[in-house]
Amino acid sequence: MPNYNTMEMMVTAAARELEDGATTAVGTGAPCAAAMLAMKTKAPNLVIMFEAGGVSPILPEMPISVGDSRTTYKAIMASGMCEIMETCCRGFVDYVFLGGAQIDMYGNLNATRLGGGDHQKPKTRLPGSGGANDLASFCWRTMVITPQDKRRFVEKVDFITTPGWLQGGDSREKSGLPKGTGPYKIITNMGAMDFEPKSKRMRVISVNPGYSFKDIQDNCGFELLKADKIVNTEPPSDEELRILREEVDPYRYIIGR
Amino acid sequence: MEVLDQGIGKLFTDPDPDHAREFFRKKSRKLSNKLMSLQKAVETLVHDGEYLAIGGFGANRAPIAACHEIVRQGKKNMGFAGHTSTHDFQILCAGEVFNRCDIAYIIGLEARGLSPNARKYMESGKVEVTEWTNYSLAARLKAAAMGVPYVPTRNVMGTDTFKYSAGKIVECPFTGQKLMLQPALYPDISVIHVHESDIFGNCHIRGITIADLELARASKKLIITCEKLIPNEEIRRDPSSTVIPFYLVDAVCEIPYGAYPGTMVYEYFSDEEHLKEWISVEKDPEKFKEFLKRNIYDCKDQAEYIEMHGGIIKMNELRMKEFLLHKEVDNA
Repeated sequence: MPNYNTMEMMVTAAARELEDGATTAVGTGAPCAAAMLAMKTKAPNLVIMFEAGGVSPILPEMPISVGDSRTTYKAIMASGMCEIMETCCRGFVDYVFLGGAQIDMYGNLNATRLGGGDHQKPKTRLPGSGGANDLASFCWRTMVITPQDKRRFVEKVDFITTPGWLQGGDSREKSGLPKGTGPYKIITNMGAMDFEPKSKRMRVISVNPGYSFKDIQDNCGFELLKADKIVNTEPPSDEELRILREEVDPYRYIIGR
Repeated sequence: MEVLDQGIGKLFTDPDPDHAREFFRKKSRKLSNKLMSLQKAVETLVHDGEYLAIGGFGANRAPIAACHEIVRQGKKNMGFAGHTSTHDFQILCAGEVFNRCDIAYIIGLEARGLSPNARKYMESGKVEVTEWTNYSLAARLKAAAMGVPYVPTRNVMGTDTFKYSAGKIVECPFTGQKLMLQPALYPDISVIHVHESDIFGNCHIRGITIADLELARASKKLIITCEKLIPNEEIRRDPSSTVIPFYLVDAVCEIPYGAYPGTMVYEYFSDEEHLKEWISVEKDPEKFKEFLKRNIYDCKDQAEYIEMHGGIIKMNELRMKEFLLHKEVDNA
């Protein structure tokens, strides 16, 4: 039995993607835990930004909202939504971490509704874009943290709320979204995927301890590509686990899920 | 400029800046005392059928007392800007206040989960919707604040969010790039909760401003609720701190703890137990009816609401939590 759970693995894997000195937009939940862990390990100078206006806080605990007091605790600046979004649009922000109810093979995300039919009378209404569409349009690299699950990884999302590589190939750039932006990595409890550079289709690049490529494929609603070399993800170190459990999420809001 | 593509969503408000200018031309610029009760402000300034916007960020510096008053007075058939709206949205859905909605973020309370009743209301077919994003709505308010019919942005294109929006895509006449045009949004009436205001409506806001500076300038009518009134001398002693000037404001209502059960930065933290209670009681329609009767319809005002939920002792606890002192108190 490993000495960590899948959420701890996922948050640790995401934290390792953030290099020191980078800028990242984060929401609440797992992305925030990942950013906090990164700041307490390899990236002390990570600049985190919240869409409601908080810039570079020293988070004392996990925020409940992207606009609550914790997002400006010992921060550099308490600004507003236009300031943050426009900083992203100017090309200043390297990463954004997102989730979503559904994701397809091009990394398009749905957070608007489940089921087809009448948009004015949806079967299952979801919150909508919030700032996700904006951040995925503007930030250089979009990262997604989500559990590996057939109901989430679907052939076709019911609604493209937030742009991934759209229909693949060069369709994203042709749509008018800023050049050079797009989904970068998808981190799940079973492994990580990136996107094949030409077709922009999702491809497995690493598997977490205890899982295989087959496990990931079996829990995915579309055919995944395979990188030439699939690496094994390093499990969380004792130090990463200690920081995560004692300093980042002592109440286990995220890692207890 | 040729329109390359356009969303099929309905534009609920008029983006014409000349029409807005005509309105603003007639709005009083007098430095007059605008103090009134929240009941009177909502009675005289919020009308059925108008388009409403709420400041703050859902359960952060949101004018919750005003949302209660709007529901209490039974306002109906309004349009609503579902911009960063969470607990405010939940309250307005409980009163079925609006029947059309510009959506950026609705029905959720972020990490706290979804509101079952708000979800049910939005799935009922009673509300006509157009899709946007948080920045799109902020940009639409910015266009209105600038006094222009739209601003161009580089988000949303290529998605279904665009398809169900009322935006348009054009080619930039300078660079040839595609741009999304965000039509100006002039709400008929908005409410913003601030830390301090004088009797004329000159306001101080601490912490993040979200989209409230744009919203204040875009709104035809504006109600300010404040934690505390301050003398005009304090405004004049430190003019660089004024973020909303008096001439934008129609009413000033002093409502201590006006954002409860949400957070008011540097004042008090959110009451998570009560917000949890809201979500859980909504699952049972009968219980929810009784809950609304007690907390809103039979409740006189925010002061009575606060009393009902622990009064000054609870507010002190939330103040401790805001300043991260609750753990020290527990230890002592």
